Amino acid sequence: MFQGKKVIALGDRDGIQGPAIARLVETAGAEVVFSSTECIV
Amino acid sequence: MTAPVVKGFAALLVHAPNLVRYGAEPFYRLRARGEDAGATLRPGLRSYEDALRYPPNQAFIGNLRPEALGDLPVPWYAHPLEGASPQGRHGDLMSEEIFYGFLKVADDFSQVSLEADFLEEIQESLRQHPLFQETDAKRLGRGATAPDLAQKVSSEEALPLFLGERMVGIVQRAHPLDPSLSAHALLENLACKASALLALRQLLGQHPGGPESIDYLLSCSEEAVGDRFNRGGGNLAKAVGELAGCLNATGADVKSFCSAPLHAMVMAGGLAQSGVYGDIAIVGGGSLPKLGMNYDRHLEAGIPVLEDMLGAVAFIVGPDDGHNPQIRLDAVGRHDIRAGFSQQAIMEALVVRPLERLGLSISSVDRYASELQNPDITRRFERGDTAKTNYKMIAALAAKRGEIPADGLDTFVATCGMPGFAPSQGHIPVGIAYLGHGMDLLSSGQARRIMFLAKGSLFLGRMTHLADGMSVLVEQHP
Amino acid sequence: MDLDNQAQIKELAERLGVENLVVVIGALDSGGAEIAAMTVTSGDPTYAGPLAGVSLRLPVYHVLEPEVRSSVDQAAYQEEVELMEMALEESVEDIVATTRKAREGLD
Repeated sequence: MFQGKKVIALGDRDGIQGPAIARLVETAGAEVVFSSTECIV
Repeated sequence: MTAPVVKGFAALLVHAPNLVRYGAEPFYRLRARGEDAGATLRPGLRSYEDALRYPPNQAFIGNLRPEALGDLPVPWYAHPLEGASPQGRHGDLMSEEIFYGFLKVADDFSQVSLEADFLEEIQESLRQHPLFQETDAKRLGRGATAPDLAQKVSSEEALPLFLGERMVGIVQRAHPLDPSLSAHALLENLACKASALLALRQLLGQHPGGPESIDYLLSCSEEAVGDRFNRGGGNLAKAVGELAGCLNATGADVKSFCSAPLHAMVMAGGLAQSGVYGDIAIVGGGSLPKLGMNYDRHLEAGIPVLEDMLGAVAFIVGPDDGHNPQIRLDAVGRHDIRAGFSQQAIMEALVVRPLERLGLSISSVDRYASELQNPDITRRFERGDTAKTNYKMIAALAAKRGEIPADGLDTFVATCGMPGFAPSQGHIPVGIAYLGHGMDLLSSGQARRIMFLAKGSLFLGRMTHLADGMSVLVEQHP
Repeated sequence: MDLDNQAQIKELAERLGVENLVVVIGALDSGGAEIAAMTVTSGDPTYAGPLAGVSLRLPVYHVLEPEVRSSVDQAAYQEEVELMEMALEESVEDIVATTRKAREGLD
């Protein structure tokens, strides 16, 4: 599902962080075009 | 083994409902919408009495063990405590009127003007306040007339300070163009300075050597004191130390988002142990920008705007004195760059590796003081519970390592953790809010070993995607 | 969601085309996941940012969904997600329901 796709990774500091999502989808052939991590505290 | 010790602790709260409008979320959001901040926020603002009887606040100032919050009915805002006191074991819960007076005391450049009648009204209570010093009296000045203050507000040189609908003072900008010296930036910095000062005075009032025994000051506060040529230039530590009478000290600021307090604690421990300095005071002032972070959700849900508290802490780290709790400098945990973004790698770096260096396991720590953000503030929106998530991560790590059974996570959390109780003040909730309670446990023999953990969201500043983290093990003196 | 992030996502969707993009969410509380999922599909539910009232209709998945899990390297998935999955406060079903619901709205 990620092959050739461009991915927006929306992470959370209390969950899975943006760069961690980015790493995962890159292993599946995606290109990460945006990665961020939200922090509500 | 000699090791640096933690010698004292103070924690102070300021109930600041009328400053909520200057928190970053309300300030920018309401201004963008053209809404009247006072009118929008008023229905959700708490009275001083409500803030005083709010169980997490009583825990913060030391009148209630944070662990005991778990036995109280939730939401805590709907179940006020009986017999709550404004004087805590670790410090006071101050009202906004009195805090405005200290805001003026903390002001060296006439940025703050209080209205003359208001100044007269609070004069007596201020003079009798235990943290008010004789030299403060002349810093209060004589006050200004209401029309003069109103004129400065309407020409946009100043922000008004309110009590309800009444304007009782202003904070003026120090430069017409410099955003680092705008009225808003200066109000943030002065609120931080004043609250840090109060916590430091509280601390030094109980310290046998007094203010002049302090050699060095570290501020782990969040505000960026500086000007357009050096935004965040710093040294709030020295500014606070000056008004606290620490004549023999200089100081510096430590920055690392919310993990700064533990960086400061480790630095202070190293400086004390090596003999560079003797007693070192660490201060963390209140963070005005965090006020009302979730105000819109609280208003929408019809519950009080719970982020109306400024919190400040101060503590002393010094050379081994033979009895106070020791900082284990040989077991400092750090979120190294290699640990990257995986929560497991980060927790291993913060918890497992330092304990392994001492031949200890996760369950050999009696209590973990992790990120202790108050869940009352977020639970209504299913926005998680940061404190509990951290505890469950530590428990999951222990289970993965076979230290506890896979179904024993909740038991571990109940034994080694506690409910979050600190106000949303960034650096204040990260472990450090529990330091006073922890010292009580260690000194009385109820605990042998407590680990303090902090994390910092560095990525918010857009210089790296990384976060940061530190842990410090504090032990009963052998 | 952070206002600047909303602006950047809006710009990416306009420039790269919705059909080429996939959003993956990592919040492990249903409240946070729901806000993120709604923001990139039907628009910012808090009406605060550039995506307020803007329906981007981006395909959105949660990192815990089987579709994501089965597509990525398993060893990396373990390193990045396993511990957090053990520490969840809510059920995986409740959390991934947020992105599933947001995707249903796209049909």
